[in-house]
Amino acid sequence: MLIKRRPDIASSEITARGLYLSRRAFIAGSAALTLGPSRATAAAETPPAEPLAAKPSPTFRVDDPPTKFESVTTYNNFYEFGVDKADPSIYAASLRPRPWTVRVEGLCARPKTYDLDELLRLFPLEERVYRLRCVEGWSMVIPWIGFPLASLIKRVEPTGKARFVEFTTLYDPAQFPGQKKNLISFSSLEWPYAEGLRLDEALHPLTLLTFGMYGRVLPNQNGAPVRVVVPWKYGFKSAKSIVRIRFVTERPQTTWEKAAPNEYGFYSNVNPTVDHPRWSQATERRIGDFRRRPTLMFNGYADQVGSLYAGMDLRKDF
Amino acid sequence: MSRSARVALKSVVWAACLLPLLMLLLKFWADDLGANPISYATNVLGDTTLRILLASLTLTPLRLLFGISWQMSLRRLLGLFAFSYAVLHFTVWVVVDQIFNWPGMLADIRKRPYITVGMLALTLLVPLAATSTTRMVKRLGGLNWRRLHRLVYVAGVAAILHFSWLAKKGRNDPYLYATILAALLGVRGWHRVARALGKRRVVALGAPSTQKRVAGAP
Repeated sequence: MLIKRRPDIASSEITARGLYLSRRAFIAGSAALTLGPSRATAAAETPPAEPLAAKPSPTFRVDDPPTKFESVTTYNNFYEFGVDKADPSIYAASLRPRPWTVRVEGLCARPKTYDLDELLRLFPLEERVYRLRCVEGWSMVIPWIGFPLASLIKRVEPTGKARFVEFTTLYDPAQFPGQKKNLISFSSLEWPYAEGLRLDEALHPLTLLTFGMYGRVLPNQNGAPVRVVVPWKYGFKSAKSIVRIRFVTERPQTTWEKAAPNEYGFYSNVNPTVDHPRWSQATERRIGDFRRRPTLMFNGYADQVGSLYAGMDLRKDF
Repeated sequence: MSRSARVALKSVVWAACLLPLLMLLLKFWADDLGANPISYATNVLGDTTLRILLASLTLTPLRLLFGISWQMSLRRLLGLFAFSYAVLHFTVWVVVDQIFNWPGMLADIRKRPYITVGMLALTLLVPLAATSTTRMVKRLGGLNWRRLHRLVYVAGVAAILHFSWLAKKGRNDPYLYATILAALLGVRGWHRVARALGKRRVVALGAPSTQKRVAGAP
């Protein structure tokens, strides 16, 4: 019987470093040739990210040194592109982040479909350096660019009935190869990816509607062209490539909650004292570090967000 | 099979089994293990263990299904490679990931089912590796040796469980490996049942058994 293997390494990974670094020159030089969107060339075809100007925020920044840009753009969980950490960077070019619209709707007085460029100009952009803690036990420090989600929410005036905010990621198997069904799709998440926050969480000043990082527009593998960043929650709560923001009364069911309700709760606040059912959350490995470090309550943002959960049993509402 | 054919076959298998380790070492020297090198190395070594273990479990079904037996000479080689990768996988966990944090590791083995079954799989492979020499086969006697080495089925199931219990939802490879393992064990089970039924029919007919027991092991 044949054992079907995935290739051990992508051909893109065995490119010599020097060649890899000169890939843009190579692409420019061979522009006349029509290169098919093969696995090897896909990563190289990603256009260099444009700069995105933003004022560094004096208050919202952690002192830990930012993670290497290369790590942040090649080590991703973005199952729409594939389940391996390298898949999002390999297939990134298949996503078209422009033109792009975001529908803001539901229980609000001024629903509207925003064109991305309009959204970008609504409020001044700031750069904030946040910790990012993945539920898998690793973490990064990333300088994001965006404005508080609260600014947008206030602008569309949610009604008194709005209790939760639901985020929906783009569904398009042509752009997201991970959304394609095939013969060996034994297991898949439900698409489109849905996430949600309580309205007060969404309105919290830390919650950032994000358009860029490291001084440039978001790379596709990091959730281009617009995502949220909720730094006190596990990374999967921060929905990427958002096409819809909806105000609702009932708590929305999130994709990971549907996939494994006993493992990924609606809140999913970073909490070293509440283990994932299968592994400990007490420590994390900061990408670039050798030793693990203790995980901080609410990812180190306990002073700012602790009051949101006063009186709640965080073991029950994990 | 001729001696030169056997040497060629074994060389190919040696090379194929060493390749993942070689790639890992090359990437290590080139500082190209990615953003999370420890996790990458652990995953590659674990994945390779599973693949070689599954490969070693395909040899007998190939014989049962197609009546070919040249591949049977690879059992020890594949088994020992699977064991070696399992040991490397475990070593990275102990030395690099946990940095000899014995209380922490013991707690994990007790508390985390995926680590418990992973440890079980590795532990079960130890006596198999230890009795892999021709001398040990002779010392134990063919029947005992075969019985002991049936533990590899338990180890295989434990290893696949280890992988499926640590993998997140949405991944297909645990299901793929589990399907392959189920098929491989299924061929053996089916063969046993068929043989038992065949014997019964033969006995009922009052004729001597025509079944030939193929020497060799599980």
